[in-house]
Amino acid sequence: MSANLLEPAKAALLIFLAAILQVTIFSQIDILGGYPDVVLLTLVAIALLRGSIYGATLGFFAGLLVDTANLATLGVTSLLLTIAGYWIGRYGETTGRDRLHAPFVSVAVATVLVQLGALILHYLLGDDVSAKTVLVTTLPPKVLLNLLLTLPVYAVVRRLLAVGAPVETVTEVRLLG
Amino acid sequence: MLLSLILITVYFREPAGGGLHSVQGTGATVLRPFEVASNRVAAPFRDAYGWFAGLIHAKSENARLREQLDKLRSEKIQGANAVRENGDLRSQLHYVGLARFPQDYDYVATDVISRSPSDFQQQIGIAAGSSSGIRVNDPVATSDGLVGKVSHVAPHSAQVTLLTDPNLNVSALDLHTQATGLVGHGEGQGTLTLDRVQKAQSLHEGDTIVTQGWKLKGLSSIYPYGIPIGTVSGATNSEVDLYWNAQVSPFVHFDSLQSVLVLIPKTRNRP
Repeated sequence: MSANLLEPAKAALLIFLAAILQVTIFSQIDILGGYPDVVLLTLVAIALLRGSIYGATLGFFAGLLVDTANLATLGVTSLLLTIAGYWIGRYGETTGRDRLHAPFVSVAVATVLVQLGALILHYLLGDDVSAKTVLVTTLPPKVLLNLLLTLPVYAVVRRLLAVGAPVETVTEVRLLG
Repeated sequence: MLLSLILITVYFREPAGGGLHSVQGTGATVLRPFEVASNRVAAPFRDAYGWFAGLIHAKSENARLREQLDKLRSEKIQGANAVRENGDLRSQLHYVGLARFPQDYDYVATDVISRSPSDFQQQIGIAAGSSSGIRVNDPVATSDGLVGKVSHVAPHSAQVTLLTDPNLNVSALDLHTQATGLVGHGEGQGTLTLDRVQKAQSLHEGDTIVTQGWKLKGLSSIYPYGIPIGTVSGATNSEVDLYWNAQVSPFVHFDSLQSVLVLIPKTRNRP
C-alpha cells in the first residue's frame, strides 16, 4: 500500500477501534457519574494532526459506526462529530497544531460542545431529555475523564500517524549573494 | 454535514422496516463479531474490577442480606401457602387470567454486547435478534427483575431500551398495597420513580413493585404481570401534589448488565 493510502487507512482503523471500544467497554465505565469518550479523543487527535478534511470525514465515519453499532438514529452522532472534527482540524491548521495546550483545549471545548449539541438535537427529535442530567451530572466528570486520557490517546495517535508521514529534510543549502 | 442531515431526516421519517433501518441492521450484524471479541477481551478485567469493588461493600451487604433472609424465610412460608390456596381456588373457579410470568413465557438468553455512548438514551445492544424470534417490544429481564424492552431488531442483534431511559414508562403495582402507577426514570443515574399513584392509595418504604400487566378492550400491556422491578425507597406527598412522589430502588444493576433474558410468549411461532 502506498504512503498516500496508508495514512488514511491507519486513521480509519484507529477510529474503528475507538468506536468498538467505546460501545463495548468505555460506555460501561461509570466514574463519578460519567465515562470517557475515546471516539472524540481519537478524532480530536487525528484532526489536530491531520487537518479539517481528515477531521470531518473521520468524524462522519465514526458517528456512523457508533450509531450503527447501537441501532440508534443514523446521522445524529455523525453530524456532531463531523462538525467537531472539522472545527478541531481548522484549529490545528491555523494556530493550534504545535502548541502544547492545543489537545487539552480542543478536548475540553469539543466535549462540552458535542454534549450541548447532542442535547439540542435530541430535544429537536422529540426525545425526553433532561438538561440537568446531561449538563450538570454527567458533563463535568466526562470533561475531567477526557482530559485525563487526552495525553495518552494523543501520544498513541501521533506515534501511529507519524510513521507514514513524509519527513521534510534539507537536502541542499545554497548561499545567495 | 448535509449527508448527516439527510440521514437523520430519512431515518426519522421512514418506518422501522425501511431501507436505512435494513442497512443499519446489516451493519450491526457486520460489527457484532468485533463487539463480541472486544467484550471477551475485556471480560477478565471487568470481572477483576467487580470482584475488588464487591469486597469493599461485602461486610455491610452481608449484614443487610442476613436481615433480609430472616424476613424472607417467614414470607416464603406464607407465600407457599397462599400459592397453594390460590391454585386450588383458581381450578375450582375455572379462572381465565392474563398471560403470567414466567410460566407463559419462553426466553432467549443472550449477551450484552454494547452500551449506548450517550446520556440521552439508556440503551444496550444484545447479541440476538429476529433470527432468534425476538421482536420489537418484547420485555427484557434478568433473574433480578425487569430490564426494559426491545426497541430495535436486526437479524442477529437488537437494541434494548432500559427502564432508566427517559422515554420508557412501565405500568406497575405495589404488591403489598395494590397501588398502581407508572415506573419511569429517576433523577439520578440508575434510579427510578413511581408516578401517577393516587393519593387515596397508600405506599410504604420497602414495598415491592412489580409489573402490573393490564388488559383493556383488546389492548394489553407488553409486560406480563409480576416481573419484579424494585422496592420503594422513599415516598412523600404534599397537599399541592395530585399524586405520590415515590422513588424506587431497582433490583437490576443497570450499569453492570452482562447478559439478559428476552421474554417471548409461548404462543408465538419461533423460527
